[in-house]
Amino acid sequence: MAPGYYTPALMKPAPFDYHQARSVAEAVTHLGEYGYEAKVLAGGQSLVPAMNFRLARPAVLVDINPLDELDYLEEDGDTLRIGAMVRHVAFERPVTEGPTGRLLTMAAHHVGHLPIRIRGTFGGSLAHADPAAEWCVIALLLDAELSTRSPSGGRDIPAGGFFQTVFTTALEPEELLVEVRLPKLASHTRVGFQQFSRRAGDFALAMAAVAFESDDGRVANARIALGGVSDRPLRAGEAEQALEGQPATDESFRAAAEIAALEIDAIGDIHGSAGYRRDLVRALTRRALEQAIAA
Amino acid sequence: MSERTKVEVTLAVNGRPYRVRVEPRRTLADTLRDDCGLTGTHLGCEHGVCGACTILADGQPVRACLMFAVQCEGMDLRTVEDLADGDRLHPIQQAFWDNHGLQCGFCTPGFLMLAAGYLEQNPDPGEDELRAVLSSNLCRCTGYQNILKSVRQAAEVMRA
Ligand SMILES: Cc1cc2nc3c(=O)[nH]c(=O)nc-3n(C[C@H](O)[C@H](O)[C@H](O)COP(=O)(O)OP(=O)(O)OC[C@H]3O[C@@H](n4cnc5c(N)ncnc54)[C@H](O)[C@@H]3O)c2cc1C
Ligand code: FES
Ligand code: FES
Repeated sequence: MAPGYYTPALMKPAPFDYHQARSVAEAVTHLGEYGYEAKVLAGGQSLVPAMNFRLARPAVLVDINPLDELDYLEEDGDTLRIGAMVRHVAFERPVTEGPTGRLLTMAAHHVGHLPIRIRGTFGGSLAHADPAAEWCVIALLLDAELSTRSPSGGRDIPAGGFFQTVFTTALEPEELLVEVRLPKLASHTRVGFQQFSRRAGDFALAMAAVAFESDDGRVANARIALGGVSDRPLRAGEAEQALEGQPATDESFRAAAEIAALEIDAIGDIHGSAGYRRDLVRALTRRALEQAIAA
Repeated sequence: MSERTKVEVTLAVNGRPYRVRVEPRRTLADTLRDDCGLTGTHLGCEHGVCGACTILADGQPVRACLMFAVQCEGMDLRTVEDLADGDRLHPIQQAFWDNHGLQCGFCTPGFLMLAAGYLEQNPDPGEDELRAVLSSNLCRCTGYQNILKSVRQAAEVMRA
Protein backbone atom coordinates (compact mmCIF):
# COMPACT_ATOMS: atom_id res chain seq x y z
CA MET A 1 0.00 0.00 0.00
CA ALA A 2 1.26 3.49 -0.82
CA PRO A 3 2.87 5.16 2.14
CA GLY A 4 0.60 7.77 3.64
CA TYR A 5 -2.48 6.10 2.19
CA TYR A 6 -2.92 3.79 5.12
CA THR A 7 -1.15 4.47 8.38
CA PRO A 8 -1.34 1.62 10.83
CA ALA A 9 -2.10 2.65 14.39
CA LEU A 10 1.19 3.44 16.08
CA MET A 11 1.56 1.62 19.35
CA LYS A 12 5.28 2.19 19.87
CA PRO A 13 6.79 5.15 21.68
CA ALA A 14 8.72 7.84 19.83
CA PRO A 15 12.50 7.77 20.39
CA PHE A 16 13.89 9.25 23.59
CA ASP A 17 17.12 9.46 25.53
CA TYR A 18 17.13 7.49 28.74
CA HIS A 19 18.72 8.53 32.02
CA GLN A 20 18.69 6.30 35.04
CA ALA A 21 18.88 8.54 38.11
CA ARG A 22 21.19 7.32 40.87
CA SER A 23 20.10 9.97 43.36
CA VAL A 24 17.43 12.61 43.82
CA ALA A 25 20.08 15.26 43.16
CA GLU A 26 21.01 13.63 39.87
CA ALA A 27 17.36 13.34 38.80
CA VAL A 28 16.77 17.00 39.56
CA THR A 29 19.89 18.02 37.65
CA HIS A 30 18.59 16.20 34.57
CA LEU A 31 15.17 17.81 34.92
CA GLY A 32 16.77 21.23 35.22
CA GLU A 33 18.87 20.58 32.15
CA TYR A 34 16.09 19.36 29.85
CA GLY A 35 13.02 21.20 31.23
CA TYR A 36 9.91 20.64 29.13
CA GLU A 37 11.74 18.06 26.96
CA ALA A 38 12.01 15.64 29.87
CA LYS A 39 9.58 13.47 31.79
CA VAL A 40 10.05 11.62 35.04
CA LEU A 41 9.50 7.87 34.67
CA ALA A 42 8.08 6.41 37.89
CA GLY A 43 5.88 3.29 37.72
CA GLY A 44 5.19 3.98 34.06
CA GLN A 45 1.58 2.81 34.39
CA SER A 46 0.21 6.09 33.02
CA LEU A 47 3.19 7.56 31.18
CA VAL A 48 4.08 4.49 29.10
CA PRO A 49 0.53 3.93 27.78
CA ALA A 50 0.48 7.63 26.80
CA MET A 51 3.86 7.19 25.07
CA ASN A 52 2.72 4.02 23.28
CA PHE A 53 -0.23 6.00 21.92
CA ARG A 54 2.17 8.89 21.20
CA LEU A 55 -0.02 11.19 23.24
CA ALA A 56 3.23 11.89 25.10
CA ARG A 57 6.53 12.21 23.22
CA PRO A 58 9.17 13.19 25.77
CA ALA A 59 12.64 13.55 24.26
CA VAL A 60 14.23 12.50 27.55
CA LEU A 61 13.12 10.11 30.27
CA VAL A 62 14.54 10.39 33.77
CA ASP A 63 13.95 7.00 35.41
CA ILE A 64 13.57 7.30 39.18
CA ASN A 65 12.88 3.60 39.82
CA PRO A 66 16.36 3.00 41.23
CA LEU A 67 15.79 5.63 43.94
CA ASP A 68 15.25 3.55 47.08
CA GLU A 69 15.61 6.80 49.01
CA LEU A 70 12.10 7.69 47.77
CA ASP A 71 10.59 4.34 48.78
CA TYR A 72 9.68 4.74 52.44
CA LEU A 73 6.67 4.95 54.72
CA GLU A 74 7.34 6.68 58.02
CA GLU A 75 5.23 7.74 60.97
CA ASP A 76 6.33 11.07 62.27
CA GLY A 77 4.12 11.95 65.24
CA ASP A 78 0.70 12.72 63.78
CA THR A 79 1.95 12.63 60.21
CA LEU A 80 2.35 9.75 57.78
CA ARG A 81 5.24 10.45 55.43
CA ILE A 82 5.05 8.66 52.07
CA GLY A 83 8.02 8.62 49.72
CA ALA A 84 7.05 9.34 46.11
CA MET A 85 8.16 5.88 44.93
CA VAL A 86 6.03 3.82 47.31
CA ARG A 87 4.03 1.44 45.08
CA HIS A 88 0.23 1.27 45.27
CA VAL A 89 0.40 -2.35 46.43
CA ALA A 90 2.00 -1.27 49.73
CA PHE A 91 -1.35 0.13 50.88
CA GLU A 92 -3.35 -3.06 50.35
CA ARG A 93 -2.73 -3.74 54.03
CA PRO A 94 -2.94 -0.92 56.59
CA VAL A 95 0.36 0.98 56.72
CA THR A 96 -0.61 2.74 59.94
CA GLU A 97 -3.01 1.92 62.77
CA GLY A 98 -6.37 3.63 62.89
CA PRO A 99 -8.68 5.31 60.38
CA THR A 100 -5.97 6.72 58.07
CA GLY A 101 -4.54 3.26 57.38
CA ARG A 102 -8.03 1.81 56.96
CA LEU A 103 -9.04 4.52 54.48
CA LEU A 104 -5.86 4.05 52.42
CA THR A 105 -6.55 0.31 52.26
CA MET A 106 -10.16 0.81 51.16
CA ALA A 107 -8.97 3.04 48.32
CA ALA A 108 -5.95 0.93 47.34
CA HIS A 109 -8.06 -2.01 46.22
CA HIS A 110 -9.72 0.21 43.62
CA VAL A 111 -6.49 1.42 41.98
CA GLY A 112 -6.38 -0.54 38.70
CA HIS A 113 -5.44 -4.21 38.98
CA LEU A 114 -2.77 -6.09 40.90
CA PRO A 115 -0.03 -5.84 38.20
CA ILE A 116 -0.74 -2.10 37.89
CA ARG A 117 -0.52 -1.70 41.67
CA ILE A 118 2.76 -3.58 41.77
CA ARG A 119 4.46 -0.99 39.50
CA GLY A 120 2.44 2.22 39.91
CA THR A 121 3.55 4.68 42.58
CA PHE A 122 1.79 6.98 45.03
CA GLY A 123 3.80 9.99 43.86
CA GLY A 124 3.24 9.15 40.20
CA SER A 125 -0.50 9.06 40.72
CA LEU A 126 -0.54 12.54 42.28
CA ALA A 127 1.84 13.97 39.66
CA HIS A 128 -0.29 12.47 36.87
CA ALA A 129 -3.46 14.00 38.39
CA ASP A 130 -6.14 11.95 36.72
CA PRO A 131 -9.39 13.44 38.09
CA ALA A 132 -10.55 9.90 38.89
CA ALA A 133 -7.37 8.79 40.69
CA GLU A 134 -8.06 7.43 44.16
CA TRP A 135 -4.85 8.84 45.68
CA CYS A 136 -5.63 12.35 44.45
CA VAL A 137 -9.02 12.22 46.18
CA ILE A 138 -7.47 10.86 49.40
CA ALA A 139 -4.74 13.52 49.34
CA LEU A 140 -7.37 16.23 49.04
CA LEU A 141 -9.58 14.68 51.73
CA LEU A 142 -6.71 14.49 54.23
CA ASP A 143 -5.23 17.92 53.38
CA ALA A 144 -1.95 16.36 52.34
CA GLU A 145 1.20 18.40 51.90
CA LEU A 146 3.51 17.63 48.99
CA SER A 147 7.25 18.28 48.92
CA THR A 148 9.31 18.81 45.80
CA ARG A 149 12.97 19.15 44.87
CA SER A 150 14.18 21.27 42.00
CA PRO A 151 17.49 22.79 40.87
CA SER A 152 16.59 25.90 42.88
CA GLY A 153 15.83 23.95 46.07
CA GLY A 154 12.29 22.76 46.55
CA ARG A 155 8.98 23.71 48.15
CA ASP A 156 5.92 22.44 49.98
CA ILE A 157 2.55 22.54 48.23
CA PRO A 158 -0.81 21.90 49.94
CA ALA A 159 -3.02 19.37 48.13
CA GLY A 160 -5.72 22.06 47.86
CA GLY A 161 -3.48 24.08 45.53
CA PHE A 162 -1.82 21.19 43.74
CA PHE A 163 -4.49 19.84 41.38
CA GLN A 164 -5.27 22.38 38.66
CA THR A 165 -7.11 20.56 35.91
CA VAL A 166 -7.03 17.26 34.01
CA PHE A 167 -3.45 15.88 34.14
CA THR A 168 -2.23 19.30 35.28
CA THR A 169 -0.71 20.16 38.65
CA ALA A 170 1.30 22.92 40.27
CA LEU A 171 4.51 20.97 39.46
CA GLU A 172 7.01 22.77 37.22
CA PRO A 173 8.83 20.68 34.60
CA GLU A 174 12.08 20.76 36.57
CA GLU A 175 10.39 19.79 39.83
CA LEU A 176 10.49 16.30 41.28
CA LEU A 177 7.78 15.27 43.73
CA VAL A 178 9.65 13.56 46.57
CA GLU A 179 7.28 13.20 49.51
CA VAL A 180 3.61 13.33 50.44
CA ARG A 181 2.68 13.99 54.06
CA LEU A 182 -0.72 12.92 55.33
CA PRO A 183 -1.85 14.44 58.65
CA LYS A 184 -3.30 11.41 60.41
CA LEU A 185 -6.98 11.42 61.32
CA ALA A 186 -7.87 11.36 65.03
CA SER A 187 -8.19 7.75 66.22
CA HIS A 188 -11.99 7.91 66.63
CA THR A 189 -12.58 9.32 63.13
CA ARG A 190 -15.01 7.38 60.98
CA VAL A 191 -14.11 6.84 57.33
CA GLY A 192 -15.85 5.64 54.20
CA PHE A 193 -14.90 5.15 50.56
CA GLN A 194 -17.24 4.32 47.70
CA GLN A 195 -16.84 4.34 43.94
CA PHE A 196 -18.56 3.18 40.81
CA SER A 197 -16.89 1.82 37.70
CA ARG A 198 -18.32 -0.29 34.92
CA ARG A 199 -15.72 -3.07 35.22
CA ALA A 200 -13.50 -4.05 38.14
CA GLY A 201 -10.26 -2.08 38.02
CA ASP A 202 -11.42 0.57 35.57
CA PHE A 203 -11.08 4.23 36.41
CA ALA A 204 -14.22 5.17 38.32
CA LEU A 205 -17.04 7.26 36.86
CA ALA A 206 -17.34 8.80 40.31
CA MET A 207 -16.06 8.25 43.82
CA ALA A 208 -16.63 9.65 47.29
CA ALA A 209 -14.28 9.56 50.29
CA VAL A 210 -15.52 10.78 53.68
CA ALA A 211 -14.20 11.26 57.20
CA PHE A 212 -15.94 12.65 60.27
CA GLU A 213 -16.17 12.28 64.04
CA SER A 214 -19.39 11.54 65.91
CA ASP A 215 -18.52 11.09 69.57
CA ASP A 216 -21.86 12.30 70.94
CA GLY A 217 -23.97 11.20 67.99
CA ARG A 218 -23.36 14.51 66.22
CA VAL A 219 -21.09 15.03 63.24
CA ALA A 220 -17.88 16.99 63.72
CA ASN A 221 -14.98 17.76 61.40
CA ALA A 222 -16.86 16.45 58.37
CA ARG A 223 -14.86 16.03 55.18
CA ILE A 224 -16.13 14.86 51.81
CA ALA A 225 -13.92 14.53 48.72
CA LEU A 226 -15.14 13.54 45.27
CA GLY A 227 -13.31 12.17 42.24
CA GLY A 228 -14.09 11.43 38.62
CA VAL A 229 -16.83 14.03 38.37
CA SER A 230 -14.92 17.15 37.37
CA ASP A 231 -11.57 18.17 35.88
CA ARG A 232 -9.87 17.53 39.24
CA PRO A 233 -10.68 16.06 42.62
CA LEU A 234 -13.05 18.27 44.62
CA ARG A 235 -14.05 18.88 48.22
CA ALA A 236 -17.81 19.17 48.71
CA GLY A 237 -17.49 22.20 50.98
CA GLU A 238 -21.18 23.06 51.23
CA ALA A 239 -22.14 19.49 52.07
CA GLU A 240 -19.37 19.37 54.70
CA GLN A 241 -20.73 22.54 56.34
CA ALA A 242 -24.29 21.30 56.22
CA LEU A 243 -23.30 18.10 58.02
CA GLU A 244 -21.40 19.84 60.81
CA GLY A 245 -23.17 19.48 64.14
CA GLN A 246 -26.04 17.42 62.67
CA PRO A 247 -27.11 14.11 64.19
CA ALA A 248 -25.23 11.25 62.50
CA THR A 249 -28.35 9.76 60.97
CA ASP A 250 -29.37 8.52 57.56
CA GLU A 251 -31.54 11.60 57.19
CA SER A 252 -28.61 14.01 57.64
CA PHE A 253 -26.48 11.87 55.34
CA ARG A 254 -29.13 11.96 52.64
CA ALA A 255 -29.44 15.72 52.93
CA ALA A 256 -25.66 16.21 52.73
CA ALA A 257 -25.42 13.90 49.71
CA GLU A 258 -28.12 15.95 47.97
CA ILE A 259 -26.14 19.14 48.57
CA ALA A 260 -22.94 17.51 47.31
CA ALA A 261 -24.68 16.44 44.11
CA LEU A 262 -25.92 19.98 43.48
CA GLU A 263 -22.85 21.98 44.47
CA ILE A 264 -20.38 20.32 42.10
CA ASP A 265 -19.75 21.30 38.52
CA ALA A 266 -20.07 17.83 37.01
CA ILE A 267 -18.70 17.00 33.57
CA GLY A 268 -20.27 14.79 30.95
CA ASP A 269 -18.32 12.63 28.49
CA ILE A 270 -18.78 9.39 26.55
CA HIS A 271 -18.66 7.42 29.79
CA GLY A 272 -21.54 9.25 31.42
CA SER A 273 -23.50 12.51 31.26
CA ALA A 274 -23.13 15.28 33.83
CA GLY A 275 -26.56 14.40 35.18
CA TYR A 276 -25.61 10.76 35.58
CA ARG A 277 -22.47 11.76 37.46
CA ARG A 278 -24.55 13.95 39.79
CA ASP A 279 -26.75 10.95 40.51
CA LEU A 280 -23.65 8.90 41.25
CA VAL A 281 -22.30 11.57 43.60
CA ARG A 282 -25.61 11.62 45.47
CA ALA A 283 -25.64 7.83 45.88
CA LEU A 284 -21.95 7.35 46.59
CA THR A 285 -21.71 10.18 49.13
CA ARG A 286 -24.67 8.80 51.05
CA ARG A 287 -23.27 5.27 50.94
CA ALA A 288 -19.82 6.39 52.06
CA LEU A 289 -21.32 8.27 55.03
CA GLU A 290 -23.46 5.25 55.97
CA GLN A 291 -20.48 2.94 55.57
CA ALA A 292 -18.44 5.19 57.89
CA ILE A 293 -21.04 5.22 60.67
CA ALA A 294 -21.72 1.47 60.37
CA ALA A 295 -18.08 0.47 60.77
CA MET B 1 14.12 13.51 15.27
CA SER B 2 17.64 12.15 15.31
CA GLU B 3 18.21 8.39 15.29
CA ARG B 4 18.81 7.38 18.89
CA THR B 5 21.68 5.05 19.54
CA LYS B 6 21.10 1.55 20.73
CA VAL B 7 22.31 0.49 24.11
CA GLU B 8 23.52 -2.87 25.27
CA VAL B 9 21.39 -4.52 27.91
CA THR B 10 21.76 -7.88 29.60
CA LEU B 11 18.46 -9.40 30.68
CA ALA B 12 18.14 -12.42 32.96
CA VAL B 13 15.18 -14.31 31.52
CA ASN B 14 14.17 -17.71 32.85
CA GLY B 15 17.56 -18.03 34.50
CA ARG B 16 19.54 -17.34 31.30
CA PRO B 17 21.37 -14.17 30.34
CA TYR B 18 20.31 -12.51 27.07
CA ARG B 19 22.58 -9.82 25.71
CA VAL B 20 20.65 -7.51 23.41
CA ARG B 21 21.17 -4.15 21.70
CA VAL B 22 18.01 -2.08 21.83
CA GLU B 23 16.85 1.49 21.56
CA PRO B 24 15.70 2.86 24.94
CA ARG B 25 12.16 3.04 23.57
CA ARG B 26 12.02 -0.73 23.08
CA THR B 27 9.47 -2.14 25.51
CA LEU B 28 10.32 -5.20 27.55
CA ALA B 29 7.54 -7.11 25.76
CA ASP B 30 8.95 -6.34 22.30
CA THR B 31 12.46 -7.14 23.48
CA LEU B 32 11.41 -10.52 24.84
CA ARG B 33 9.59 -11.37 21.63
CA ASP B 34 11.83 -9.89 18.95
CA ASP B 35 15.30 -9.79 20.49
CA CYS B 36 15.20 -12.80 22.80
CA GLY B 37 12.95 -14.88 20.54
CA LEU B 38 10.59 -15.63 23.42
CA THR B 39 7.27 -15.21 21.64
CA GLY B 40 5.20 -16.82 24.39
CA THR B 41 4.62 -13.36 25.82
CA HIS B 42 1.72 -11.93 23.83
CA LEU B 43 0.75 -8.38 23.02
CA GLY B 44 -2.92 -7.42 22.93
CA CYS B 45 -3.42 -3.77 23.69
CA GLU B 46 0.04 -2.37 24.46
CA HIS B 47 -1.39 0.01 27.02
CA GLY B 48 -1.74 -2.03 30.17
CA VAL B 49 -5.37 -3.03 29.91
CA CYS B 50 -5.53 -6.60 28.59
CA GLY B 51 -2.76 -8.36 30.51
CA ALA B 52 -1.69 -10.65 27.64
CA CYS B 53 1.91 -9.47 28.17
CA THR B 54 1.98 -10.28 31.91
CA ILE B 55 5.32 -11.76 33.03
CA LEU B 56 7.07 -12.02 36.39
CA ALA B 57 9.68 -9.45 37.36
CA ASP B 58 11.43 -10.38 40.59
CA GLY B 59 8.57 -12.79 41.23
CA GLN B 60 5.77 -10.27 40.78
CA PRO B 61 3.29 -10.09 37.89
CA VAL B 62 3.80 -6.97 35.76
CA ARG B 63 2.74 -5.65 32.35
CA ALA B 64 5.74 -6.13 30.04
CA CYS B 65 4.26 -3.60 27.57
CA LEU B 66 4.63 -0.84 30.18
CA MET B 67 8.32 -1.34 30.94
CA PHE B 68 11.37 -0.62 28.84
CA ALA B 69 14.11 -3.21 28.44
CA VAL B 70 16.72 -0.66 29.56
CA GLN B 71 15.00 -0.56 32.95
CA CYS B 72 15.23 -4.29 33.52
CA GLU B 73 18.92 -5.03 33.90
CA GLY B 74 19.44 -6.94 37.13
CA MET B 75 15.83 -8.09 37.39
CA ASP B 76 14.90 -11.74 37.58
CA LEU B 77 12.46 -12.08 34.65
CA ARG B 78 10.26 -15.09 34.07
CA THR B 79 8.06 -15.77 31.05
CA VAL B 80 5.59 -18.50 30.14
CA GLU B 81 8.43 -20.47 28.51
CA ASP B 82 9.76 -21.14 32.01
CA LEU B 83 6.68 -22.92 33.35
CA ALA B 84 6.84 -26.39 31.81
CA ASP B 85 9.61 -28.78 32.78
CA GLY B 86 10.44 -30.35 29.42
CA ASP B 87 7.28 -32.18 28.41
CA ARG B 88 5.83 -31.97 31.90
CA LEU B 89 3.31 -29.18 32.18
CA HIS B 90 3.36 -26.89 35.20
CA PRO B 91 0.36 -27.55 37.51
CA ILE B 92 -1.21 -24.30 36.34
CA GLN B 93 -0.85 -25.29 32.68
CA GLN B 94 -2.20 -28.77 33.42
CA ALA B 95 -5.17 -27.24 35.22
CA PHE B 96 -5.98 -25.01 32.21
CA TRP B 97 -5.79 -28.13 30.02
CA ASP B 98 -8.03 -30.16 32.34
CA ASN B 99 -10.67 -27.47 32.82
CA HIS B 100 -10.91 -26.00 29.33
CA GLY B 101 -9.25 -22.86 30.66
CA LEU B 102 -8.33 -21.76 27.16
CA GLN B 103 -9.94 -21.64 23.77
CA CYS B 104 -7.86 -19.64 21.25
CA GLY B 105 -5.03 -19.33 23.79
CA PHE B 106 -4.13 -15.74 23.06
CA CYS B 107 -4.67 -14.52 26.61
CA THR B 108 -3.35 -17.71 28.21
CA PRO B 109 0.34 -16.83 28.76
CA GLY B 110 -0.74 -13.70 30.61
CA PHE B 111 -3.22 -15.57 32.79
CA LEU B 112 -0.68 -18.31 33.52
CA MET B 113 1.97 -15.84 34.65
CA LEU B 114 -0.54 -13.78 36.64
CA ALA B 115 -1.68 -16.94 38.42
CA ALA B 116 1.88 -18.22 38.90
CA GLY B 117 3.06 -14.98 40.48
CA TYR B 118 0.01 -14.72 42.66
CA LEU B 119 -0.18 -18.34 43.85
CA GLU B 120 3.51 -18.44 44.71
CA GLN B 121 2.90 -15.65 47.23
CA ASN B 122 -0.68 -16.57 48.20
CA PRO B 123 -1.02 -20.35 48.06
CA ASP B 124 -4.52 -20.43 49.56
CA PRO B 125 -6.53 -17.48 48.22
CA GLY B 126 -10.19 -16.92 49.09
CA GLU B 127 -12.77 -16.93 46.31
CA ASP B 128 -13.28 -13.13 46.28
CA GLU B 129 -9.56 -12.52 46.32
CA LEU B 130 -9.00 -14.88 43.41
CA ARG B 131 -11.75 -13.24 41.38
CA ALA B 132 -10.29 -9.81 42.05
CA VAL B 133 -6.83 -10.92 40.94
CA LEU B 134 -8.07 -12.67 37.79
CA SER B 135 -10.06 -9.56 36.85
CA SER B 136 -6.66 -8.04 36.00
CA ASN B 137 -6.60 -9.76 32.59
CA LEU B 138 -9.00 -9.98 29.68
CA CYS B 139 -10.10 -13.08 27.80
CA ARG B 140 -12.29 -12.63 24.77
CA CYS B 141 -13.36 -16.20 24.12
CA THR B 142 -13.07 -18.85 26.84
CA GLY B 143 -15.10 -17.00 29.44
CA TYR B 144 -13.82 -16.50 32.93
CA GLN B 145 -15.51 -19.35 34.79
CA ASN B 146 -13.20 -22.02 33.42
CA ILE B 147 -10.18 -19.82 34.03
CA LEU B 148 -11.24 -19.42 37.65
CA LYS B 149 -11.82 -23.16 37.92
CA SER B 150 -8.38 -23.85 36.45
CA VAL B 151 -6.59 -21.56 38.86
CA ARG B 152 -8.53 -22.98 41.80
CA GLN B 153 -7.46 -26.51 40.82
CA ALA B 154 -3.87 -25.37 40.32
CA ALA B 155 -3.84 -23.82 43.79
CA GLU B 156 -4.97 -27.13 45.28
CA VAL B 157 -2.38 -29.15 43.38
CA MET B 158 0.41 -26.73 44.22
CA ARG B 159 -0.49 -26.79 47.92
CA ALA B 160 -0.45 -30.60 48.05
C1 LIG C 1 -5.10 -0.68 33.06
C2 LIG C 1 -4.84 0.44 34.02
C3 LIG C 1 -5.82 0.77 34.96
C4 LIG C 1 -5.59 1.81 35.87
N1 LIG C 1 -6.57 2.11 36.77
C5 LIG C 1 -6.37 3.10 37.67
C6 LIG C 1 -7.36 3.42 38.64
O1 LIG C 1 -8.42 2.82 38.71
N2 LIG C 1 -7.09 4.42 39.51
C7 LIG C 1 -5.90 5.12 39.46
O2 LIG C 1 -5.70 6.01 40.28
N3 LIG C 1 -4.96 4.84 38.57
C8 LIG C 1 -5.16 3.84 37.67
N4 LIG C 1 -4.18 3.58 36.75
C9 LIG C 1 -2.96 4.43 36.70
C10 LIG C 1 -1.94 4.01 37.72
O3 LIG C 1 -2.42 4.18 39.03
C11 LIG C 1 -0.61 4.77 37.61
O4 LIG C 1 0.28 4.04 38.36
C12 LIG C 1 -0.59 6.19 38.10
O5 LIG C 1 -1.58 6.99 37.49
C13 LIG C 1 0.75 6.87 37.77
O6 LIG C 1 1.76 6.43 38.60
P1 LIG C 1 3.12 5.86 37.98
O7 LIG C 1 4.04 5.69 39.13
O8 LIG C 1 2.82 4.68 37.16
O9 LIG C 1 3.62 7.12 37.14
P2 LIG C 1 4.17 7.26 35.66
O10 LIG C 1 3.25 6.62 34.69
O11 LIG C 1 5.60 6.87 35.62
O12 LIG C 1 4.10 8.85 35.52
C14 LIG C 1 2.87 9.54 35.38
C15 LIG C 1 3.14 11.04 35.24
O13 LIG C 1 3.61 11.60 36.46
C16 LIG C 1 4.94 12.12 36.32
N5 LIG C 1 5.66 11.74 37.54
C17 LIG C 1 5.70 10.49 38.10
N6 LIG C 1 6.38 10.52 39.26
C18 LIG C 1 6.78 11.81 39.45
C19 LIG C 1 7.52 12.47 40.48
N7 LIG C 1 7.96 11.80 41.57
N8 LIG C 1 7.76 13.80 40.35
C20 LIG C 1 7.30 14.48 39.26
N9 LIG C 1 6.58 13.90 38.26
C21 LIG C 1 6.33 12.58 38.35
C22 LIG C 1 5.48 11.49 35.05
O14 LIG C 1 6.46 12.30 34.46
C23 LIG C 1 4.24 11.36 34.21
O15 LIG C 1 3.92 12.57 33.60
C24 LIG C 1 -4.37 2.54 35.83
C25 LIG C 1 -3.39 2.20 34.90
C26 LIG C 1 -3.62 1.17 33.98
C27 LIG C 1 -2.56 0.84 32.98
S1 FES D 1 -0.38 -5.90 25.86
FE1 FES D 1 0.32 -5.36 27.82
S2 FES D 1 -1.52 -5.19 28.90
FE2 FES D 1 -2.27 -5.53 26.89
S1 FES E 1 -8.62 -18.02 25.20
FE1 FES E 1 -9.03 -16.69 23.53
S2 FES E 1 -8.77 -14.75 24.46
FE2 FES E 1 -8.71 -16.05 26.15
